[in-house]
Formats: sequence, C-alpha cells, structure tokens
Amino acid sequence: MDFSLFPRDVFADLGRLHRQLQDAVEFSPSIRGFARGGFPALNVGGTPRSVEIYAYVPGVDPAGIEVNLERGVLTISGERKSGLGGVGAKDSVHIEERFTGKFRRVITLSDDLDPDAVEARCRDGLLHISIKRKAAAQPRRISIQ
Amino acid sequence: MNEGKLTRESRAPVEQAALLPPVDVIEDASGITLYADLPGVSKDRLHVQVEADTLTISGEMDLAMPQGMAATHAEVSLPRYRRSFTLSKELDPEKLSAELKNGVLKLRIGKAAHAQPRRVEIKVG
Repeated sequence: MDFSLFPRDVFADLGRLHRQLQDAVEFSPSIRGFARGGFPALNVGGTPRSVEIYAYVPGVDPAGIEVNLERGVLTISGERKSGLGGVGAKDSVHIEERFTGKFRRVITLSDDLDPDAVEARCRDGLLHISIKRKAAAQPRRISIQ
Repeated sequence: MNEGKLTRESRAPVEQAALLPPVDVIEDASGITLYADLPGVSKDRLHVQVEADTLTISGEMDLAMPQGMAATHAEVSLPRYRRSFTLSKELDPEKLSAELKNGVLKLRIGKAAHAQPRRVEIKVG
C-alpha cells in the first residue's frame, strides 16, 4: 500500500484503497487472471450486428499498440513509457500513480464474430475496436409467404 | 417573515459523480509538472480551472457509441473525470500551461519569481 504519512488528498487515497480492495476481493472468472484493475481498462459492449471494445490507452502512441485476433482471442499489447524519464536528481516526485511498462490484455470472443471484419481506431487515448458478427449470425427478418 | 431562512438561494451545485484520474506530480526548481490520464477526453471537453488556491481538472469523455449497444463488461463506469488539488503560495497560476496529447494532460505550473530557489551562503566565522 502506498499511503503517505501525511496524505495530501484523502479522496485519492480512499480511491486507491477502494481499487486495491476490489482487486483483492473480487473473484476473477477468467483463467487469464484478474479481469479488473489492469491496464488498459476495458469496456465491452455488443449490438446485434457487432461487438464493440473500448480500451483506455492514454499516453500510448497508437502506432505502438498491437491488436491481434487469433482463434477467437483478441490481444491488445504494447508499452507505455514512463513520464518520469526526464526527472533530474534534484527534482522530487510527489505523486506517482500512473501505469508504466508493458501491458497486455486478452479477451475471449464469441464464435459468431467475423475475424475479417475488424476495425480499430484510436483517438484521445481511447482505442475502439469494432468486430462485426458473421452474416449468418446477424438478426434477419423472415418474411412470411 | 423568516422565509429567507427556509429557502437557501446560494446552494452549491450538485456535483455529478466522476472518476478520479491517476496523476504523476513532479517538482523541479522552477515549477511543478502534473500528468493526468484522461483517455477519451478531447481538447474542447477538458476544463482546467484555478480558483483561489484550488486547481480543478475536469473532463467529459467523447463517447460515440453505436446505437442499441448493451454493455457486457465495464471497467470504466462513468463518462467523466474530476480531480482537485490545493496549490501552495509559491506557485503562480499565471504561469500555467496545458497540453493534451493521446489522452494525457500535461500541466505546467511555474513558481513565482520570489519563490525560485536560492542557495543560502553559510559563513564560517
């Protein structure tokens, strides 16, 4: 736990405590480890025609993010460089909460997705991946003869 | 009669729940640099405000979601960020510059000239 003896921001410390408790208590249903609290944070949603994945990747050059889709498993990986690289010997770091280092997150996708219809866009540190469902799996209106 | 006591006119606006963005704060001789992760916030939806000695960073995510989307897994549960800091006296709010790139805000606050470091000479008598 990274609590300082003289907290500057009680709410930030509480937020951190909340996150840590959540990480410790919540049971992860995935074999690939803790589903929460990782970097990048993920939001996943679905429409009848597609699955939409939002990865929050602030401070990462979009060209350096690797998105792979293999056998129904989507992997988002890359590296976030430390912003503290230029800190001199006389400078002091007061708060250090941001993630640094290599990251990798894996999502298992459902079978009805089309691996050839993937679109990825990155704006303002938000990576949006859209995967279309296979044509056969899309909802269709059946006309009555 | 005492109606004024019953209706408080100057009620503080109710603040909406917001995410607390993670930050790095580094101090050097001439000022403080703050980095805040604000993914999804575009330049026109970001607000950096200094009021008295409080610095507030807030931003609204620009979420263009397809129609009829149902969330199946959500780690980011709110569409906005907010965080406040108390500035100390030696920081000069006039010397503030902000830069937003790839969802990271870099804020630089300079120190007032009188607060710049001076080496104190120690005389040996």
